[in-house]
Amino acid sequence: MMSAVDFLAWVRGPMFNIALIIFIFGVIVRLLEMLLIGRKPDYSEARESAFAGGVRTIFRRFMPADTGTLQRSTTVIFAGYVFHIGFFIVLLLFVPHILLIKDTLGIQWAGLPTPIIDAATVMTLLALLVLLINRLVNPILRFLSTFQDYLIWLLVFLPVLTGYMAFHHFIQPYQLVLALHILSVELLMIVFPFTKLMHTFTLFFARWYNGAIAGRKGVKA
Amino acid sequence: MSTATFERGYAAFKEQIDSPIAAFFNSCVHCGMCAEACLFYTETGDPKYTPIHKLEPLRKVWYQEYTLLGRLTSLLGLTERLTDADLAEWKHLIYDSCTLCGRCSVVCPVGNDLVYMIRKAREGMVAAGHSPEGQIGAAKRAVIIGSPMGVQFVTLQAQIKHAEKTTGLTIPIDQTGVEFLVVLSSMEIINYPEYLEAIAKIMHQADKTWTLCSSAFEATNTGIQIGSSDIARQLVNRIVEAAENLRVKTVISPECGHAYTVLRWEGPNLIGRPYRFKVRHIIEVLDEFRAGGKLKTEGFEEARLTFHDPCQLVRRGGVIEQPRKLLGMVARNFVEMEDAGKMNWCCGGGGGVSAIDEAEELRTKVFNRKKIQLEKLKVDTLVTACANCRIILEEGLEAYEMDLPVVGLTEMIAEHLVEDK
Repeated sequence: MMSAVDFLAWVRGPMFNIALIIFIFGVIVRLLEMLLIGRKPDYSEARESAFAGGVRTIFRRFMPADTGTLQRSTTVIFAGYVFHIGFFIVLLLFVPHILLIKDTLGIQWAGLPTPIIDAATVMTLLALLVLLINRLVNPILRFLSTFQDYLIWLLVFLPVLTGYMAFHHFIQPYQLVLALHILSVELLMIVFPFTKLMHTFTLFFARWYNGAIAGRKGVKA
Repeated sequence: MSTATFERGYAAFKEQIDSPIAAFFNSCVHCGMCAEACLFYTETGDPKYTPIHKLEPLRKVWYQEYTLLGRLTSLLGLTERLTDADLAEWKHLIYDSCTLCGRCSVVCPVGNDLVYMIRKAREGMVAAGHSPEGQIGAAKRAVIIGSPMGVQFVTLQAQIKHAEKTTGLTIPIDQTGVEFLVVLSSMEIINYPEYLEAIAKIMHQADKTWTLCSSAFEATNTGIQIGSSDIARQLVNRIVEAAENLRVKTVISPECGHAYTVLRWEGPNLIGRPYRFKVRHIIEVLDEFRAGGKLKTEGFEEARLTFHDPCQLVRRGGVIEQPRKLLGMVARNFVEMEDAGKMNWCCGGGGGVSAIDEAEELRTKVFNRKKIQLEKLKVDTLVTACANCRIILEEGLEAYEMDLPVVGLTEMIAEHLVEDK
């Protein structure tokens, strides 16, 4: 039987390397298989710059298209913002995470005080719960949702939850809960390239293509 | 068209997939916001009309053919493969309930251009033999007779004679070296002859040379609506050949949304090279005349009026300000519809939906969105710049027992034209 300390060493060592390699190579392969298909040239006379349109849309889509959209999709927009912002605050501004990034990549930045991280974690968990309930209750989302949508929800929820539990020492020994936290992140990294989590990277391409197609026509998409 | 089979359809789907399509499918997180942007969902409440769901057949082909994991799992028989039955089921979603209006493409938070995808999915549907009967008939007539509504040049000649009599002007046919080649939509030839008279008067007053062409008078392109590049190419080629043979500087697209999309944006890609002429929508041309002092009007409309933005002109075409500037010349009591301009709601009959008999009931149901928009304004007249929108608006208003005249912008301008020449 593996002890908690051994378990922690394993998830921090070999398992982390495996997850990191799958994540990095997976993302590269997925981006290449997308970009290598290519696209046909557009011979139509452009009204405005496609390039400028592409860049514009990358930024514009961080905001809802109009107030009508905001009114019709309020829950998913608000809970979506809170979840994404909260998740990135916790991921990138929690001091132990910054130290890990420093050890791995050699770059670092200033973190936020832990009470703020703690609040952001709770907000993120609540937003995720709202998004799950919305997915189960809203007729459009219930209709659209596949097994993957629920699996990804769980795989995103678990690192945030276990992180919170580890920070507050909810499970003893501490090494065990920390190991579970790291393992849940590794699971997320492993499935990342093969699921909708890829949108983290591909949405910039999608927005660029959409904005470039519209921009050529003089439409601010 | 060669015989349609599932295999040909599958190959056509595969051929249509490019990097943008892959980026779009990779990015979808199933947030459902595209449904709320689509009048087929908002007016029916049926989630099957969610735009991204309409693209399941295309997604399956992308996953099976263009992703390593998809190829692997389908080799092992773990993936649900696309079937002919899927396509039969999706015909209603890809044709009857999508007008290519593009609201979803503007709303999607990850940036998916869903209309770009539907347009491509239709190529696969045609090749597989799952396109609507009404559109197939219209496309055959367009190829064989020269016009989807079966209009022949003789019909147009009768129109021309009538217009010449009414206006006292000569309507030029097959003139070389003139500035503009004017093409028409079937709707304008059959239902709205006022358009041709308006053009004759406006060109005369602006001192511009123009012509109609006996071999290329029809701008309606059923190939685009049904999703067949082969047919679309044949039809657009008639106009390209005419324009280049007559050495015109500019081809004027009529008051017809999709004709503009075909001529202005898709045409060069269909023939595989840039044009040797320009393409402008009539509204763009009129606005250029206005800016250059070539369009003088007198008097104002008394009626309280609003403008219905044709989707292919605003969201898919970039002609947003021009109709407003033109209306400003002749209307004092102009009010904007809610969501006017880039976010306007479709009439429900674009993208070929108006040619599908089976879609009529649904189309009338979703017209409710336009009804709500119009009721808030309490206007006396509705102006638009697309003959197809105009027909659908008239039909919808009739179905909902609303008494509201629908007018084309070009003829409204012509009615106020200063005729001093």
